[in-house]
Amino acid sequence: MVENRPWLTVMSHAVLIAGIAVIAFPLYVTFVASTLTLDQILQVPMPLVPGDRLWENYSRALTAGASGAAAAPVGRMMLNSLVMAVAIALGKIAISLIASFAIVYFRFPLRNFFFWMIFVTLMLPVEVRIIPTYKVVSDLGMLNSYVGLTLPLIASATATFLFRQFFLTIPEELAEASRIDGAGPMRFFLDVVLPLSKTSMAALFVIQFIYGWNQYLWPLLVTTDESMYTVVIGIKRMILGGDALTEWNVVMATAMLALLPPAAVVVLMQKWFVKGLVETEK
Amino acid sequence: MEKRVVFRSAWLPYALLVPQIAVTIVFFFWPAAQAFWFSFQLQDAFGISTEFAGLRNFADLLRDEHYLASFKSTAVFSLLVAASGIAISLLLATMADRVLRGALAYKTLLIWPYAVAPAVAGVLWAFLFAPSIGIVTYVIRKAGYNWDWVLQGDQAMLLVVMAATWKQISYNFLFFLAGLQSIPRSLVEAAAIDGAGPSRRFWTIVFPLLSPTTFFLLVVNIVYAFFDTFGVIDSTTQGGPAGATQILVYKVYYDGVKAGDLGGSSAQSVILMLIVIALTVAQFRFIERKVQY
Repeated sequence: MVENRPWLTVMSHAVLIAGIAVIAFPLYVTFVASTLTLDQILQVPMPLVPGDRLWENYSRALTAGASGAAAAPVGRMMLNSLVMAVAIALGKIAISLIASFAIVYFRFPLRNFFFWMIFVTLMLPVEVRIIPTYKVVSDLGMLNSYVGLTLPLIASATATFLFRQFFLTIPEELAEASRIDGAGPMRFFLDVVLPLSKTSMAALFVIQFIYGWNQYLWPLLVTTDESMYTVVIGIKRMILGGDALTEWNVVMATAMLALLPPAAVVVLMQKWFVKGLVETEK
Repeated sequence: MEKRVVFRSAWLPYALLVPQIAVTIVFFFWPAAQAFWFSFQLQDAFGISTEFAGLRNFADLLRDEHYLASFKSTAVFSLLVAASGIAISLLLATMADRVLRGALAYKTLLIWPYAVAPAVAGVLWAFLFAPSIGIVTYVIRKAGYNWDWVLQGDQAMLLVVMAATWKQISYNFLFFLAGLQSIPRSLVEAAAIDGAGPSRRFWTIVFPLLSPTTFFLLVVNIVYAFFDTFGVIDSTTQGGPAGATQILVYKVYYDGVKAGDLGGSSAQSVILMLIVIALTVAQFRFIERKVQY
């Protein structure tokens, strides 16, 4: 520190603690609500200390879901979310890795054209081409399937950029040495480029896992069958019209279940997460 | 920058590019082209006959007061989200940059909201502020105010702004913290020796040096508010009451999926694409400047 100002340090801590408390408050209330009975939640104001229904609420949510028209077990939804998140993350990494390898390590006609083609997809987020994309997926018979949920989302300009930037920093001598030793391009890719890319892949995996898990609009359109719902859209379907009709205790348990996996990934893999976040925005 | 050492093959690079390019064409270019094409067509209510309508969909949109109102809501919404998100996270990052003890713990406790899905964030906040059972609603009513975002447009806007900002604070915080840590200590120390106090140092040295980060975050936050907040809106207000929170992306979805107006929705898609292109260009222009800086 530049100078010693004790009161300023105290204030910094106070501001940070207040900020964290405000930010964590919605999460705390959600957690408390997920441990109460519905009657306890409906009495205004609801208690702010956890109740004793944690086990009942969570097991109800996982095995049966909230009662009502769209009741479906959240356990199945969590599985769908997991499949979607992992497939999108791995798919994006795989196709971006080989595409940027081709763009960096080869000279061929139309190279720049392909590069720009990938680049402009940045400008076409799914939200602006909702209906035509839905039509394409429906024409291909991919509604209510894992392929339909994941394939349209795995093209990624950001991942391709990230790997391209990284490959450009690999010393030329490595490629030279491999060529002198008689290694072909794929041998070089597998034995040199891939091991070097491990950290970039891990960072990207964390970011894309969260991206995949948290998708909302796309699964909302593509899945009509309850057994294919992801947990994020499952919550929305559990909330019925009036406040009193909704089984808030089960909904809140589901909300906790929906946010814990990605939050755990962020907190436990913090180093990769920060690296991925900063690098994908370069 | 280009590689000096390259491999030669007549077919391999194309084979490596096939998966990415195929997905791009089938799920990006083809639908975008269709949106473009539909935007010039009129469809009857049953989707049986279509006719070419030229620019009529666009002309109708620009005359439609709901669409213009949606533009206004989007502008208000994205500016509020960007401004409050940037202000709060700059404050937190400046404080976190000062403290030595517990820095990692603070950081960990501030970054997790990034992982919460926008739709789930919406549910959490809607529950806190629920008109009849919300705990915050209870406090507000005790204080003598009338709170019911289901009926009051301004309050609904406030709710979605809070939920959307909450989720974005961690992102802004991490970028501000990185920006603060890259400011040379010698500059700040020199100012301190010359007798500048903490607040003077912040406004004359730190804040100007952070301006590239701030501008970058401004663009990113506006893009976020435009497109990624669909889940927040759909899980809370669903564009209501009376269209008060119907941002552009929500209207594309509502008109196309719920109201079945293919031509009008596609014309809106085309206008949105133009906005994304403008924002992306702004972002890249700025990144070029950042490299010089």
